[in-house]
Amino acid sequence: MKFLCVPCDRQMTFEERQTPGDGTLAAVFRCPKCERMTAMLANPMETQLVSSLGVKVGGRTVPQAEFEGIRGGVTAGRDDAFEDREPATPPAGPVRWSPEAVERLGLVPSFVRGMVKKIYNDYARERGIARMTPAVMDQARSDLGLEGM
Amino acid sequence: MNLKIRTYNQVAEAESNLPDQVAEAARRVAVRLHTVQMTLAVMSGKGGVGKSMVSALLAASFARRGMKTGLLDADLNGPSTAHLLGVDGDGLAVGPEGIEPARSSGDVRIMSMSLILDQDAALSWREPRDSGYIWRGAQERRALREFLADTAWGRLDIMVIDLPPGGPRLADLHAMVPDLTGVVVVTAPGRSARDAVARSLDLARARSAPVAGLIENMSGVVCSECGEITRVHEGGEADALAARFGVPVLGALPLDSGLAAAADGGRVEDWTDRKGAAGSVRDLVRQLALRTEEELQRLRLEHPRGGSGG
Repeated sequence: MKFLCVPCDRQMTFEERQTPGDGTLAAVFRCPKCERMTAMLANPMETQLVSSLGVKVGGRTVPQAEFEGIRGGVTAGRDDAFEDREPATPPAGPVRWSPEAVERLGLVPSFVRGMVKKIYNDYARERGIARMTPAVMDQARSDLGLEGM
Repeated sequence: MNLKIRTYNQVAEAESNLPDQVAEAARRVAVRLHTVQMTLAVMSGKGGVGKSMVSALLAASFARRGMKTGLLDADLNGPSTAHLLGVDGDGLAVGPEGIEPARSSGDVRIMSMSLILDQDAALSWREPRDSGYIWRGAQERRALREFLADTAWGRLDIMVIDLPPGGPRLADLHAMVPDLTGVVVVTAPGRSARDAVARSLDLARARSAPVAGLIENMSGVVCSECGEITRVHEGGEADALAARFGVPVLGALPLDSGLAAAADGGRVEDWTDRKGAAGSVRDLVRQLALRTEEELQRLRLEHPRGGSGG
């Protein structure tokens, strides 16, 4: 699906993605010429259908995690189903987690927590962020399209 | 109003690139399976014919003969093969190469939804209320693709894929694994099984999936005292089906109380490892595995990788 700015005859470029709630996915596009912006709202069913294909609207910003669809989608996973291990030597300096961020990560089901933590850590390292806070988590969710995480 | 609207491909620039993302998912499967010599799908048109037991017995027998063996339980809603091989999962390690499969005592590498789900929990997906039926199939296809692509199978001589009852999952699998080496179809005596299995064979033929042959399970009952095998049905359905579809009958397995007890206790490999006299069920299982492998090797030569696959 593409959005064409008819007056400018230009393809609108993907600007940002938001998940305002109830499973709705909002994808915002901007015309590179006239700057006009438009938002496409996908209903929860459409959002889920796209998700089940294993693709990301706006393109992937982080590599696909192993069993991403299973771990993000299964509702009755065992808490101890996966043993996630952080690499012994992180690619950059370690990311320190604020108590608030740790508390919020604790709300993520343990079935998927390790995978989510790794995604947040990778996000922070790639951007030189040394401290994980709820605000960074919010930004990562928006930037990476971590719907449901 | 006369608006100038061009086609998708005229205006599309790399952005979401959804077609490329879908192609990348397919590529991940191909890359992972590049180190798997043979892939064998075990299917049946009908539930309750012992398809998963046949899958577990074949995997155990292949491994016992020194083949590096994987067992993918594609029956996402009724997974049982891990239990049959005594594997209940102690946490799947997420390693640098992917999710490490569980390993049975006989070194069969296993991936199954039963290793992931809570005990006795049904497979269900996060979804908007009252509309899950619409994309349940899509979610399951994605899960199967992830089992194939994200499991660190390593080098395998053979991967046994236990499909759920019915035909549709074969179509999904064959689309993901076009180089599928072969399919075995499990049947049981009796009219209802015969009709359902005929439909499976027809589907496999329609998809040009290479059929290695038929296996007749529950072909009779073994006397626990004398070992004599008694047929319950008149029989002959498997031979008739095989002749009709031009595929071989790879073997027949009767019901055996010792094997049933081993299956309940998750000791199918132990049962397979013990010696069995000629003509015993253990011997029949070994012959079945040998015959299946021969047929797969023949299909492999007939349809080398990179060919049509079917």
